[in-house]
Amino acid sequence: MRALREVPGRLDVEKVRKDFPILRQEVHGNPLVYLDSAATSQKPRAVIEAVSRYYEQDNANVHRGVHLLSERATQAYEAAREKVQRFVNAAHAHEIVFVRGTTEAINLVAQTYGRTRVRSGDEIVITVMEHHSNIVPWQMLCEEKGAVLRVAPMDDTGTLLVDELERLIGSRTRLLALGHVSNALGTIHPVRRIVEMAHRKNVPVLLDGAQAVPHLAVDVQALGCDFYAFSGHKLFGPSGIGVLYGRSELLEEMPPWQGGGDMISSVTFEKTTYNKLPYKFEAGTPDIAGAIGLGAAIDYVRGVGVDAIAAHEHDLLTYATEALREVSGLRLIGTAKEKASVLSFLLGDVHPHDIGTVLDREGIAIRTGHHCAQPLMRRLGVAATARASLALYNRREDVDALVTGLHKVREVFA
Amino acid sequence: MKSELRDLYQEVVIDHSKNPRNFRKPEGANRSAEGINPLCGDEITVHLKLAGDVIQDIGFQGAGCAISKASASMMTAALKNKTKAEAESLFERVHSMLTEGPKSSVNPEELGKLAALSGVWEFPVRVKCASLAWHTLRSALAGSGTPVSTE
Repeated sequence: MRALREVPGRLDVEKVRKDFPILRQEVHGNPLVYLDSAATSQKPRAVIEAVSRYYEQDNANVHRGVHLLSERATQAYEAAREKVQRFVNAAHAHEIVFVRGTTEAINLVAQTYGRTRVRSGDEIVITVMEHHSNIVPWQMLCEEKGAVLRVAPMDDTGTLLVDELERLIGSRTRLLALGHVSNALGTIHPVRRIVEMAHRKNVPVLLDGAQAVPHLAVDVQALGCDFYAFSGHKLFGPSGIGVLYGRSELLEEMPPWQGGGDMISSVTFEKTTYNKLPYKFEAGTPDIAGAIGLGAAIDYVRGVGVDAIAAHEHDLLTYATEALREVSGLRLIGTAKEKASVLSFLLGDVHPHDIGTVLDREGIAIRTGHHCAQPLMRRLGVAATARASLALYNRREDVDALVTGLHKVREVFA
Repeated sequence: MKSELRDLYQEVVIDHSKNPRNFRKPEGANRSAEGINPLCGDEITVHLKLAGDVIQDIGFQGAGCAISKASASMMTAALKNKTKAEAESLFERVHSMLTEGPKSSVNPEELGKLAALSGVWEFPVRVKCASLAWHTLRSALAGSGTPVSTE
């Protein structure tokens, strides 16, 4: 008999799993079931090898040396920038700034764009679902400038109330900053519509895409956003590398953030002329290996197919949602219509920490706690939740193992 | 159930977490302290009624996981009518059992019911849960008034 032919455009999860060496291990005597990709994703061999290859063959500082290794390192580093550019469909490669991660990207915007544009009495609008990294930098800015942070609400399913958000945007609003996909609930916000609405009021928009890029196709020009931030480590790339996309006009106007090497074109003790984009924002030796690893991760994701990943995960999320609803005493937190990857839940009166410990002994890795979204937890009236999150390498068996594990939790706390 | 899990979630622990003892603010309480574990959002307040050097009454309130609740509950049961010095000494011994496990010089059996927490050391991330109430107790005894954090 002939083997079934692969259906084009469909993700072959068993094939994908073979690309992730870490998944082939036992934890506490059970096969690892990794359901914590929203915290950080695992890395395919292609990424690990790209990083090693760089250190074994090309390692040198970028944009400096006349020697061959430096040339190769620079070329690989800039090629990674172009991969990111194509991946999010930015108009120019110089609109892609390499940073440490989403957090640093948001801080960069707050400290440069924010500090020059925001004055006393001005307002920044965020949503109740934000990660701490999209709350605290704005709070710090508001405190410094005497500005006001306004927070758009959601309903009990975790759906953003877009009309309420619109009402919050007024003549004093200097920026709207919101997540693309909620890390704690998985809600996908209608960001394209929101950007349009904000732009009608001349308010620029920053999107925190940390939880979006691993799961959906992102096109910053179609979205129309002014800034888009994401982390490499959630996109199957190395930790310590991330991206700030900014529209050229805005990046041009913004003052540099950190000073140092690479961000200058000339320095005298009297005056420094800053380098052009994107180098103006990349002071010091960057994470060259990280950028190259991120480029390899993007190649990998494109090889599997962004749409195939989204379809696979959508199927799996539907399957998992139904399976978890069957577990007696389980309450899903976050049931918005449009969701990606995340299943947050409570189980009877068992504390999420205890759920996490019992599951860990079954080899199942989930996240428990407040998910760096304490204001959201307060809005939900819970101290913490358990969160299982999916990625392209997860399969139905992982969900089945989770359900079996949850029955064990119920036994322990019966 | 796996044996380490049984060590962690012993029957006594489950019982105390479901039916915590002294889960209240005692009448005439004159000392209290707050403790938080920012990692998991656990919050606890320990109340004391101190008469001279003696803990005449003790209670706690708050929310937390099974380990932190059970530990707080057993702590209050063990410390009623004990002196401050006895409480300090018990703190030291429990702390040693939680953090050092079998290497500790403390024999869990001498700790009575608190021996039920002897399995916690095998779960390093859970040691903070078990010790939260005890650190909060110390702060209440010292009367320092600043909330205790496990971080």
